[in-house]
Amino acid sequence: MNESRSVKKESDKLDIILKARQVSKKYPGTLALNQVDFNVYRGKVNVLVGENGAGKSTLMKIIAGAIEITSGKLLLEDEEIVIRNVDDAAKYGIGIVYQELNLFPNLNIAENIFMAREIRSKGPLIDHQEQILRTKALMKQLEQAIDPKELVSNLRIGQQQIVEIAKALSQDVNILIMDEPSSALSSAEVSILFKMINELKARGVSIIYISHRLEELIQIGDYITVLRDGKLEAEAEIKNIDVQWIVEKMVGESAEKKINHTNKAQDKEVLNVENVCLSRQGGGFTVDHVSISLKAGEIVGLYGLMGAGRSELFDCLMGLEAEAKGTIILDGQDISKSSVVQRIQKGMALIPEDRQREGLIQVMSVTDNMTLSSLWAYLKGFHILAKKVKASVEKCINDISIKVSSPQVVVSSLSGGNQQKVVIGKALLTSPKVLLMDEPGRGIDVGAKTDVFKIMNDLAEKGLGILFVTTELKEILSISDRIIVMSKGKITGEFDRQEATEEILVNASAIGHKLETPLAG
Amino acid sequence: MVEKKSNKKSLTMLVLKLRTFIALIVITIFFGILVPNFLSMGNLVIMSKHVAINAFLAIGMTFVIITGGIDLSVGSIVGLAGMTAGFLINEGLILPMFGVTVYFNVGAIILITLLLGTFIGGINGIIITKFNVAPFIGTLGMLYIARGAALLSSDGKTFSNLVGKTEFGNTGFPTLGTGTFIGIPISIWLMIIVGLVAAYVAMKTPLGRHIYAVGGNENAAKLSGVKVKKVKILVYMFSGFCSAIAGLVIASQLVASHPLSGNTFELNAIAAVVLGGTSLMGGIGTIGGTIVGAFVIGVLGDGLVMMGVSSFWQMVIKGIVIIAAVVIDQIQIKAQAKATLEG
Repeated sequence: MNESRSVKKESDKLDIILKARQVSKKYPGTLALNQVDFNVYRGKVNVLVGENGAGKSTLMKIIAGAIEITSGKLLLEDEEIVIRNVDDAAKYGIGIVYQELNLFPNLNIAENIFMAREIRSKGPLIDHQEQILRTKALMKQLEQAIDPKELVSNLRIGQQQIVEIAKALSQDVNILIMDEPSSALSSAEVSILFKMINELKARGVSIIYISHRLEELIQIGDYITVLRDGKLEAEAEIKNIDVQWIVEKMVGESAEKKINHTNKAQDKEVLNVENVCLSRQGGGFTVDHVSISLKAGEIVGLYGLMGAGRSELFDCLMGLEAEAKGTIILDGQDISKSSVVQRIQKGMALIPEDRQREGLIQVMSVTDNMTLSSLWAYLKGFHILAKKVKASVEKCINDISIKVSSPQVVVSSLSGGNQQKVVIGKALLTSPKVLLMDEPGRGIDVGAKTDVFKIMNDLAEKGLGILFVTTELKEILSISDRIIVMSKGKITGEFDRQEATEEILVNASAIGHKLETPLAG
Repeated sequence: MVEKKSNKKSLTMLVLKLRTFIALIVITIFFGILVPNFLSMGNLVIMSKHVAINAFLAIGMTFVIITGGIDLSVGSIVGLAGMTAGFLINEGLILPMFGVTVYFNVGAIILITLLLGTFIGGINGIIITKFNVAPFIGTLGMLYIARGAALLSSDGKTFSNLVGKTEFGNTGFPTLGTGTFIGIPISIWLMIIVGLVAAYVAMKTPLGRHIYAVGGNENAAKLSGVKVKKVKILVYMFSGFCSAIAGLVIASQLVASHPLSGNTFELNAIAAVVLGGTSLMGGIGTIGGTIVGAFVIGVLGDGLVMMGVSSFWQMVIKGIVIIAAVVIDQIQIKAQAKATLEG
């Protein structure tokens, strides 16, 4: 508290372009923001961090005019302003790059960038040529060789993110908000993004930058504001602080609880995958003759770059790809020909990467979501036994400590971390033998992540085999018993916990790419 | 003091939540005052009989809409089902290769008709799931096909006097539409039974849970092991089955089957479902709400007729009620969000 006060005193002397004072935002059941003060320094990168549900995105949406403020005020150049909608925000020179992509997949890049701000030639007609020219210039600025006439649906997620950034750049903004702009970018693309940010700073644009990648924040940020549970926790100049400081302020505890790793692998093999293949349209393989053996109680990390075929491998194992070939033995039973339902009943469970699109049914309650995969376990004839459902849902909620006011609340009212736990709960209620987890830590805060990894450890102890995918090296190194690296659909390396290092993994993940570069070039 | 305030608030919410039901009571009282004999037992039974027809279609439609689909073919299936029953009673099943005509008893005829309706619904489901045709288009096609088939079956004529003949052993068909059980018409009993079974399926069985899941998020449902295609085919089959019941009841009440019977009934059914609070986006809705919705439409229609309001004005009023209901729906959603916010 002292710290933030002293900074504030000093900051009065500094050049603050936008001030938020005592801003609150109420949502049904929650106070998303509780009297938050926030400063945006002119021409600086103002970093905003906090766990999921801390209120970062809410605060940004208020500033960008996407949602209305409940109480408090915003001061631009020390004058109070009222931002009721996106147009108001644009008028004041505030632009935003949203965390969720807000693009029209059915339109091309140029049309997306100038959506609702189309350049007119004569009268009502759109000047497509001018739009395309300007888009080309923007793309060049961002070092992207993409045709402005390309449909957005044909772009990779990373490229779509670039388009979103280009869209914000195309508006003459004084303040640019970037809500997790790097989450879908490759490291090469991130360095372009940082270059862009530095150019914008040089032009006097003030940037608000939100990210979960703490090292990145230290690298790019000038000022940092930490939110916790909807309240302002601390503000500081980045040169005075370190990652440890951020984590402490975010979590409110001394440090991220270290997970004690013990190897719990038993001798029994629970999953044996042999020569699993999935053909790619237009030749080659998305999953190229992959063989994996997993023991009971073992946690195996699957590392690789985007497009390495890890998620597709999971789809094959789960029976979602009709074209998949190869044998899959689950606990001694051949399930290569089984349907999704049969695989679930035999003990395979998947926790998908995208919990909004693939994990949850937003309009249903926590209970209904959690039991959806395991309804067969609560039946008497056709009848679902409500008591039995209630008992096992409550037990599961306790076991993995999901924070809910009641198991009957609609799942969309939970925070990201708790939603992820509901998806895990759903998988656990099917009493799985093998758990496939696709990016279990994505998009959830440090605290929830630690919880999830702890759950994984507990499950392994109970004899589950866990195969999980992640792109975070630190994550994979800290919880895996064994690490398998994939590249371009093939397994390109397999390492024991002791021998694996970040360098080794990165090298192995690039093997397929190195082979292909001369051909592609 | 605070408690009083929150009590008032929760009362407002309850009123909004039960709005369709309250609207039903209000219009019933309204007509009760203005129209003599409106609230007499006899009239209430007659109105319920009218409501039952729409309720059958609307119950089937509710499941379809909860999965995020739509079934435009129900009205035509009503017509075809009536014609099938009429044909089998009056003409019999002609088997040219044996040179004989087979007459079934009424029970078998009803069974055959119900199976036919279910089968047509199944075809709808297969077209939609296996060939990836949008439900609107697939069932629009079936609307024409089934209506055409109904007209073809009699060359456009009406099968009248469906009483059957004692020598063929196929008498008794009118009982379905005109008979009573403990003083209440059989069609009303049927509506209660179909409604209860559907509500039970919706709330207490895995199939019901799966129907909501498919409409809420098809991707997640699939990954959770829900057989999405099977669920969809089943809801269209059930919709076809319900339409066939409606077709049989109408033919039996009129003791005749007309090929254009059930024309535009799909719109009334959709209106009842929407009035009952089911979301056309899928994932949300109840059978109870749908039945209340069907009663609102039915009572409104009959009441206006009895008041002597012209049929042109009836259409205008019905349209206003439907739009108003959905507008209030949206207001409720906002009010609910606000109430939880302040509460």
